Amino acid sequence: MSDLNALGRTWKDQHGGDLDLRLTDTCLRDGSHHKRHQFTAQEVHDIVEALDASGIPVIEVTHGDGLGGSSFNYGFSKTPEQELIRIAAETAKTARIAFLMLPGVGTKDDIRAAQDNGGEICRIATHCTEADTSIQHFGLARELGLETVGFLMMSHTQPPEVLAKQARIMVDAGCQCVYVVDSAGALIMEQTADRVSAIVSEIGDQADVGFHGHENLGLGVANTVIAARAGATQIDGSVRRFGAGAGNTPLEAFIGVCDKLGWRTGVDFLQIVDASEDVIKPAMPEECQLDRMTLMMGYAGVYSSFLKHAGNAADRYGVSGAKILLEAGRRKLIGGQEDQLIDIALMLKAEQEKEAANS
Amino acid sequence: MSKKTAAIVGPGNIGTDLMYKLLASEVIEPRWMIGVDPISEGLRLADGLGLEASHEGVDWLLKQNQLPDLIFEATSAQIHRDYAPRYEEAGIRAVDLTPAAVGPAVIPPVNGQEHSSAPNVNMITCGGQATIPMVAAVSRVAPVSYAEIVASVASLSAGPGTRANIDEFTRTTAAGVQSIGGAERGKAIIILNPADPPMIMRDTIFCAVSPDSDQDAIVRSVQDMVRAVQEYVPGYRLLQEPQIDEPSAATQGQLKVSVFVEVEGAGDFLPPYAGNLDIMTAAATQVGEHLARSMNGATA
Repeated sequence: MSDLNALGRTWKDQHGGDLDLRLTDTCLRDGSHHKRHQFTAQEVHDIVEALDASGIPVIEVTHGDGLGGSSFNYGFSKTPEQELIRIAAETAKTARIAFLMLPGVGTKDDIRAAQDNGGEICRIATHCTEADTSIQHFGLARELGLETVGFLMMSHTQPPEVLAKQARIMVDAGCQCVYVVDSAGALIMEQTADRVSAIVSEIGDQADVGFHGHENLGLGVANTVIAARAGATQIDGSVRRFGAGAGNTPLEAFIGVCDKLGWRTGVDFLQIVDASEDVIKPAMPEECQLDRMTLMMGYAGVYSSFLKHAGNAADRYGVSGAKILLEAGRRKLIGGQEDQLIDIALMLKAEQEKEAANS
Repeated sequence: MSKKTAAIVGPGNIGTDLMYKLLASEVIEPRWMIGVDPISEGLRLADGLGLEASHEGVDWLLKQNQLPDLIFEATSAQIHRDYAPRYEEAGIRAVDLTPAAVGPAVIPPVNGQEHSSAPNVNMITCGGQATIPMVAAVSRVAPVSYAEIVASVASLSAGPGTRANIDEFTRTTAAGVQSIGGAERGKAIIILNPADPPMIMRDTIFCAVSPDSDQDAIVRSVQDMVRAVQEYVPGYRLLQEPQIDEPSAATQGQLKVSVFVEVEGAGDFLPPYAGNLDIMTAAATQVGEHLARSMNGATA
């Protein structure tokens, strides 16, 4: 891992150069999907306090679909996200607060507000072929003095060379770390390594490379280890998998693995395990599970946050949630197209009625 | 009745598709195509179809002895903001296909008869043209406290202007959902989907209305409005019957009306999947023709 320290990164300076990997916990952002965006101020306070105390350096807090995500399409927030960002920033003693925004959903005004509320790291996510929609937002974020991260969502859908070109667009726009984001939990280890390597070769020491994994095929930790070996130095996960789909890479497990491998994360394993049990678990509506629906997402390459919405549409129209997800994969839906799940459910319902009439 | 003359500024995809539609118009004669790039495909096509094509920009156009009655602006919001005052000074009426929103916004089947004397009218955005008629259809029979539109378009149909200014798209569309759609609050979301073969434009319109609203009237009004849009965009269609969800915590205590539409383009110049661009040029043609007729009326 010696070459991991070769790059002069801003976050390295903040930690006195004593971290090999910098971790971001996303319970309070990707976990917002699992929570159906119903976080309370108290829960956010308690989770930030526990994560911060255990040494997690970055905590992401936003509606699951990023700034401005509170909507019919993605679900309304119980507590306004800007208020949650403010509470998180006031609670954290050493951790920095990150927020997510998706061009087309949020706007530059939302970024300004998040900074006013104490957010310091602006993470901008686009589908992995649409990086050029983020240029104006990276420009603004850097102008405001925010640290920047770019998310190439649904990275499993594109070959490494396409991702490298998209990463280049983000870096040229001011992005300081480009993430390979396995939104569907569909990447298999070698595919992860190839994608991370391609971006590392493209952007060299101009920016970091990160990895964001999901558990839909049970590969979150394995993918993350291989991503780090391929040169990813910023890593996302959620303690107790508290995230979308079958959940995110379980951060506490990855921290334990890093201890075994001698990779320094700056997080105390025993403390983060306690936080998982004592603070995170009580805030979860249920554990994130590898079950029929979430396996289907990894298998069909479906955006993890479709899970709850497919479940809702299945219940509302009396059709199979798994079939909704398979059709979403077949239609090549991408992040943000939750509305189309209702259309799919109605189509399945019509088919079901037709079959019943014919039998 | 003599045709009114028009210049199209911006020979890109939108401008070129618009040219084909205006060439078929009975009241407008597209006479100039204006760009800034000498090797523009749009200028070459315009020249071949008998228009006067220039790559020397609006400055060239405004120096001509004969000026157009109408300018259709298909460049970018920034460029239109810069040039709009000069068009007005020259007495040329502008139909603005960028999200610059210099003049009042027009959605043909909703307020197409208004603003016929405005020097500048704005076509909002493609997503606005596709969704605001549905919001208006609901709000004319039941007060809409909140409306939200989700526009999904094929990546290939989103040009550099849209990509560079995606915030302007969401802001301008949301403003139109309120001012013309009639919603108290509006929100717009846009998704660019790179699926191959390219997806046909799809839009979902969610409206929050009070629980005691007349549900049958809402459905009928939506269906009537779809027919009104089909008069100028034949490929505009409902994918499903409008869905009405009973009030719950998830709907913030309101009835939730969901309307799903697909917009298939006429394929004049752009491929049929680019319904988002077709509805823009078709609506601009409608608005331009209305202006041309009212100008004739005024001079008759």
